[in-house]
Amino acid sequence: MRNNNKSGMSAEAREMDGRQTAKRKMEEEPNRLIKQIAQEKYKYGFTTDVHTEVIERGLNEEVVRLISAKKREPEWLLEFRLKAFRHWQTMEMPAWAHLTIPEIDYQAISYYADPTAKKKGPKSMDEVDPELIKTFDKLGIPLEERMALSGVAVDAVMDSISVKTTFKETLMEKGIIFCSISEAVREHPDLVKTYLGSVVPFCDNFFAALNSAVFSDGSFVYIPKGVRCPMELSTYFRINAANTGQFERTLIVADDDSYVSYLEGCTAPMRDENQLHAAIVEIVVHDRAEVKYSTVQNWYPGDVEGKGGVYNFVTKRGHCRGVDSKLSWTQVETGSAITWKYPSCILGGDNSQAEFYSVAVTNNYQQADTGTKMIHIGKNTRSTIISKGISAGKSQNSYRGLVRVAEKADNARNYSQCDSLLLGSHCGAHTFPYMDVRNETAIVEHEATTSKISEDQLFYCNQRGIPTEDAIGLIVNGYAKEVLNKLPMEFAVEAQKLLTVSLEGSVG
Amino acid sequence: MLEIKDLHASINGKEILKGINLSVKTGEVHAIMGPNGSGKSTLSNVLVGHPAYEVTKGTVTFDGKDLLTLSPEDRSHEGLFLSFQYPVEIPGVSMVNFMRTAVNEQRKYKGLPALSASEFLKLMREKRAVVELDNKLANRSVNEGFSGGEKKRNEIFQMAMLEPKLSILDETDSGLDIDALRIVAEGVNRLKTPETSVLVITHYQRLLDYIKPDVVHVLYKGRIVKTAGPELALELEEKGYDWIKKELGE
Amino acid sequence: MKAEQQYIDLFTQYEGMINQHSAEVMNHFRRQAFEDFCRLGFPTRKQERYKYTDMAKLFLPDYGLNLNRLDIPVNPYEVFKCDVPNMSTALYFVVNDAFYSKALPTGHLPEGVLLGSLREMAEQRPELVARYYGKLAGTSKDAIVALNTMLAQDGLLLYVPKGVVLEKPIQLVNILRADVDFMANRRVLIVLEEKAQAKLLVCDHAMDRVNFLTTQVVEVFAGAGSTFDWYELEETHNATVRCSNLFVRQESDSNVLLNGMTLHNGITRNTTEVILTGRGAEVNLLGMAIEDKQQRVDNHTFIDHAVPDCTSNELFKYVLDDSAVGAFAGKVLVREGAQHTSSRQTNRNLCATREARMYTQPQLEIYADDVKCSHGATVGQLNEDALFYMRQRGIPQKEARLLLMFAFVNEVIDEIRLEALKNRLHHLVEKRFRGELNKCQGCAMCK
Repeated sequence: MRNNNKSGMSAEAREMDGRQTAKRKMEEEPNRLIKQIAQEKYKYGFTTDVHTEVIERGLNEEVVRLISAKKREPEWLLEFRLKAFRHWQTMEMPAWAHLTIPEIDYQAISYYADPTAKKKGPKSMDEVDPELIKTFDKLGIPLEERMALSGVAVDAVMDSISVKTTFKETLMEKGIIFCSISEAVREHPDLVKTYLGSVVPFCDNFFAALNSAVFSDGSFVYIPKGVRCPMELSTYFRINAANTGQFERTLIVADDDSYVSYLEGCTAPMRDENQLHAAIVEIVVHDRAEVKYSTVQNWYPGDVEGKGGVYNFVTKRGHCRGVDSKLSWTQVETGSAITWKYPSCILGGDNSQAEFYSVAVTNNYQQADTGTKMIHIGKNTRSTIISKGISAGKSQNSYRGLVRVAEKADNARNYSQCDSLLLGSHCGAHTFPYMDVRNETAIVEHEATTSKISEDQLFYCNQRGIPTEDAIGLIVNGYAKEVLNKLPMEFAVEAQKLLTVSLEGSVG
Repeated sequence: MLEIKDLHASINGKEILKGINLSVKTGEVHAIMGPNGSGKSTLSNVLVGHPAYEVTKGTVTFDGKDLLTLSPEDRSHEGLFLSFQYPVEIPGVSMVNFMRTAVNEQRKYKGLPALSASEFLKLMREKRAVVELDNKLANRSVNEGFSGGEKKRNEIFQMAMLEPKLSILDETDSGLDIDALRIVAEGVNRLKTPETSVLVITHYQRLLDYIKPDVVHVLYKGRIVKTAGPELALELEEKGYDWIKKELGE
Repeated sequence: MKAEQQYIDLFTQYEGMINQHSAEVMNHFRRQAFEDFCRLGFPTRKQERYKYTDMAKLFLPDYGLNLNRLDIPVNPYEVFKCDVPNMSTALYFVVNDAFYSKALPTGHLPEGVLLGSLREMAEQRPELVARYYGKLAGTSKDAIVALNTMLAQDGLLLYVPKGVVLEKPIQLVNILRADVDFMANRRVLIVLEEKAQAKLLVCDHAMDRVNFLTTQVVEVFAGAGSTFDWYELEETHNATVRCSNLFVRQESDSNVLLNGMTLHNGITRNTTEVILTGRGAEVNLLGMAIEDKQQRVDNHTFIDHAVPDCTSNELFKYVLDDSAVGAFAGKVLVREGAQHTSSRQTNRNLCATREARMYTQPQLEIYADDVKCSHGATVGQLNEDALFYMRQRGIPQKEARLLLMFAFVNEVIDEIRLEALKNRLHHLVEKRFRGELNKCQGCAMCK
């Protein structure tokens, strides 16, 4: 056992003048910087002035029927929604997360908002309301293909409606289906019927049931056998209308020997009231296929006092159904007032592999309870979890993860590493891993550490002429590098900037 | 003493040894040299029965016994010793307990009574001197926290304890500074008797300055492509392995 | 409320008798405990705290109790031959839940030290016992603690006054002795005042082949600068259910070592809660479980760093064979302001068969930034490379496996700060792994 060195760091620091200065600076600096960041505006907090058809607030069977009718859905889907709704009514909100969730009045929310209502579904660029195009331009998501980021196809979703999907035709040439889920229901009903709810059943949890009842738009992706998707597919979610919830639903199917990399981004306007976002993402990975799913989540986090912000309750799950299949989740979570999110993998196929790479940043009064589940069922399955939590301000940041090795999952391997970085003495960093091992050939390893940015590191940077706030940005980015490196190039740059903006100077 | 005939072996379905023929007589020192990836370590692992390797063809006899049917521990009891290239650390298992178990298991195999604690400790002291192994190391867990040189010295110490008929030194010189190399080599030479043989597996000539081989073999792509006297090692040192490749028409 | 009902009936019917055979200080808490128990009910597996053990089921069978405090006809000194030789200990017995005071060890305890029946001490020194009893083990949150508080009538008190050092370790043997299925509710109170020192070894034994259910609540108050060692060794049998709750409060610069070792048992649930309330306090919390057949061990630990500059080290190791089930949940809380906390938690487990199952759940909850905290957990098998290395040296596979298993658990044993006990445990563990310790050792019944 180690001896406790009671003199600690502070005594050492006193020995040296230089260090002392650094220390004092550290103590003063944060206040200034925290003020600065408090004044820093959420970049995406504007609203779009567009005629939006919003249905009456409240939730009942009639509303579910109305949503289905508005989307001109087939009978089976309405049945699916109704079953989910009835089940949801019997459920209670989960209370196990390390979150303080204020009472949510589900009757005070509108479950459908259509910013394109006047035009009844745009067919080409000309038909999309210029305000909407402008909005996405402002968000850095140009919807005109000639202006678009090279190699990225975008499905832009605002509130309950998919505004525009780019490069659809290019992709179709390879047999790739990339469209809004509403369109998929109409155009590819068999595929949707086969896979919808097959990974996340409507009864899975409270928010999944709610989503299954009222889901609006989202993206549908199908990669046929043997096809490598030539470009990154991406969906950009935007909440605009007030007092609405966003309940998108994404379904990705990668058939045998296919590959796709999918990106998801999201923002919302600054509003004083909280907005509810309860999405579902389902991914099915067949034999030898590979799916990479990357998220940069930047919903409005609320202001410095903790007022407003998005409640982000998301169920994301992939099923590695085929042999040698591979699924990789990468997430950079910087937004939302409350995040409740556990992108998970069911490793069903033999030799399947899964990864979860996450950076979660919380500041001010944000709360995040996020992590993953790795369920090993097939033989020789492997999973890796790398989670980096960064908490600042008065925020609470938790990692929660489950690794389960089923009886028949011979030679399963899992390695988890969860690191927390605390910036300031009023925030919290928590780690709740669960390991459940039922096979003696499994090797499951979990490591977790908690640290802060050391005075030595900062002083070293200062001595080299790097101001403290830049140094923190550098160090945090270095800390998160393992995860950021997993992101596609276009996203990595954005994510890096986001980290710096979210955290600049919040060290205490 | 050791007769290897047309030995083929693979790991994870990949064939590494592709027909090895080798004969080591009692009292001889053989060196096996070869470029990286030629199968040198595979050969030593196969001889001592590492479970990850599969022998697909060929025979190995050791003092007339079919070696390949024996368990790794019985091969050890028969007098086969491998000085590992990377000796594994075994936290929590003390050197004393480890060696006592090994020595007494060998005695049991030979029908001899177990050594008493005092006899055993006396033996430890004696043999420790051979490789100048610090008493402190002997009191620790097996290889735990040992430096590279200490690990190799510990291997030779165990060799002294177990008195094998055939010792295989797998890259014993790797990671050793010149003093450690000398101590290890002197240890090996001191333990060498007319009744024992040594198989030195090495990439470089320098260990052979200390442990003089009678025969030098070149292993390349899973086969022994050249066999000659000690002068071959010097030639390899001077010219590298490329000329062998040329000779083979590559 | 099926499982609860018999305990509610029992208390309602026999409250008078329970009180009559206990001390006022202990009786004082019963009513509240009873109300808490009725309100809480037995925990279900839906509660995070009891996720891995179904408590209600364990309390469902009908056990006998000895509320009337009848003498159990046994002379422990005759049946119990000390299992830790060469260890000069002062030996005491608790038979079921009663302190055995008929023959106490000779030799004087240092001036001012109290050691004996909690009930008697509570009658003789009510002001002292009242200062501590029930102060750590609150009944409002945990039904098992509430149940123990409402039923426990006796147990052990150890009080070491300021500056007194108990040189000789104290060995306390809990003997379960009954002719019918039996429930014992034991209570232990340990108080070390400033700079006091004591070492306590507690051994659990079951003498009879009947079903036993024990609840135990231990409260430890470690004063400023005190040093305390608590070793608990469970060697009972497959029909024993043990629910232990150990609460420790540490003042500044105190040093406490807690080591719970399960060598043989039926179903065991150990809850350990340590609160570090004074700067410079250090706790070393260790545990080990060797299980086979249908045995279950569920260790639940909670370390609360309430103030700055404290250290906690936690190490738990499990070896599971056959259909054994192991669970470990360890939470470390670092409160706001508890800067310079150093906390390390490790849980390592070996599963030997497909049927064996391990749950592990390390948790860190941290509200201070200048801290060094880490945890690690693994479930796996023996190192294959080490196994082969040993076989190359002529050690047969089976023997090599055993050596590696000893090495695996020895890490816990090596932290024991009593040489004789350490050696003895090495031996016991070896016997256990070799299958030579299938039953309760050290008692006449099994020998």
